Amino acid sequence: MYSEKVMDHFMNPRNVGEIENADGVGQVGNPKCGDIMKMYLKIENDVIVDVKFKTFGCGSAIASSSMATELIKGKTIHEAMKLTNKAVAEALDGLPPVKMHCSVLAEQAIKAALYDYAKKNNITIEGLENFNPDEDVHHHEDEGMN
Amino acid sequence: MVRQVYLDNAATTPVKKEVLDAMMPYFTEKFGNPSSIYRLGQETRAAIDEAREKVAKAINASPREIFFTGGGSESDNWAIKGIAFANRNKGDHIITTKIEHHAVLHTCKYLEKNGFKVTYLDVDEYGTVDIDQLKKSITDKTILISIMFANNEIGTIQPIKEIGNIARENNVYFHTDAVQAVGNIKIDVKDLNIDLLSMSAHKLYGPKGIGALYIRQGVKIDSYIHGGAQEKNRRAGTENIPGIVGFGKAIELAYENIDEHNSKLIKLRDKLIKGIYDNIDYVRLNGHPENRLPGNVNFSFEFIEGESLLLSLDMVGISASSGSACTSGSLDPSHVLLAIGLPHEIAHGSLRLTLGDFNTEEDVDYVIENLVKIVDRLRQMSPLYENVKKNIRG
Repeated sequence: MYSEKVMDHFMNPRNVGEIENADGVGQVGNPKCGDIMKMYLKIENDVIVDVKFKTFGCGSAIASSSMATELIKGKTIHEAMKLTNKAVAEALDGLPPVKMHCSVLAEQAIKAALYDYAKKNNITIEGLENFNPDEDVHHHEDEGMN
Repeated sequence: MVRQVYLDNAATTPVKKEVLDAMMPYFTEKFGNPSSIYRLGQETRAAIDEAREKVAKAINASPREIFFTGGGSESDNWAIKGIAFANRNKGDHIITTKIEHHAVLHTCKYLEKNGFKVTYLDVDEYGTVDIDQLKKSITDKTILISIMFANNEIGTIQPIKEIGNIARENNVYFHTDAVQAVGNIKIDVKDLNIDLLSMSAHKLYGPKGIGALYIRQGVKIDSYIHGGAQEKNRRAGTENIPGIVGFGKAIELAYENIDEHNSKLIKLRDKLIKGIYDNIDYVRLNGHPENRLPGNVNFSFEFIEGESLLLSLDMVGISASSGSACTSGSLDPSHVLLAIGLPHEIAHGSLRLTLGDFNTEEDVDYVIENLVKIVDRLRQMSPLYENVKKNIRG
């Protein structure tokens, strides 16, 4: 069902935990649907110097969070904004079609954390002008692409 | 090598050696078609008759009331559709519950599309059917009550005798899906006033692809599979002889050993339940505390999700199942867990462990030991648990 990479990131997730006094915190998902992701960012000079996550969810939700943190760590805000759910899924050697929403959730969690950072610092981040951190990703999941 | 602990006996069981041995000759030497008049055919005819007697004896029915089918789902489909269509002139109303297996629920949905009306009874927090609601739901148009003997997910056993009496008093047919009960509970269809009863061989150490429907003599029911004189013209198709022989052997063994089987499983079950309660916080036992199948354990673990629990258990060789949506590909968790009133997030964190004849005390110790570690690991990752810890500290 899952690739070896998914299982590796599920069993040995990278960057689990919290960051005290994080510069940006984002939480997406809904316990009713069985998944919640929370991302913590430490940002210095527009660079994500540290990132941690906590996830309530299935194996692919945990693996997607872990992979997403790996993909944005050390990157600029601008680069992190370019991370798509597809890139997360591809980096995991694919996700089953019904699990694609987990990668969407990971993308959204990063955006929600960046949105929080922008709000706290009174800045605007290109691409987040119309971001709604409370949007339910299950409505726009794309299950057919993998 | 990782130790293998199979704890999904409600999903299926391995075929016992004695059962397989009984089946083997019917694949190669004794392969005749039982509808043939020559000796090779009559030999297999006799084997079917013998198996039918064994199945009948197990539930105190008469052999002519036992009809072999392709399994539990077919038996459920036949019972419900067969009664509905044969008794349409009498009424169009069926009563069932919200916690039935999908073989019953989806069949009822199908009948609703075809003009029948279905009442889905509620259950209480333990999964026991509401008897008063059942009584009130019966109308002069009610033709069938279909209520499972014991639930496949949470193990709760229904008050079948009471339901049978109510059905009989109201002159309504009573069907019970006993797929999980047969082999685990002593069943007397006469004493319980059961008109139709579904069973399956692979839940009781028999082969897959074979089951039976008990149809009380005199019940008016349509045939389900048309096209041959097999099973007294009621279920066409050349008989699955090895399957039938295996089913007969398996059910015979099950009832020969039922007291021993039950006392062993109940001991293991209660040890597992106690072990989980004693070692893990924020857990909830789903299903009735006493009135449950001997091998069924079903817990919800707060703040974590069932699929990640199953994957982690699988990594240490433990096979189990969950009512989480993530294991089925749908967004909603188990209809049974929602029907007993669990909030979605708690239902997502459910785990079913079902014990069987091949499990040992060491298996239970191994599961508890690993479950403690796994639940802790997943909770450390969970943002929901984080909040709880903060509240405790605060």
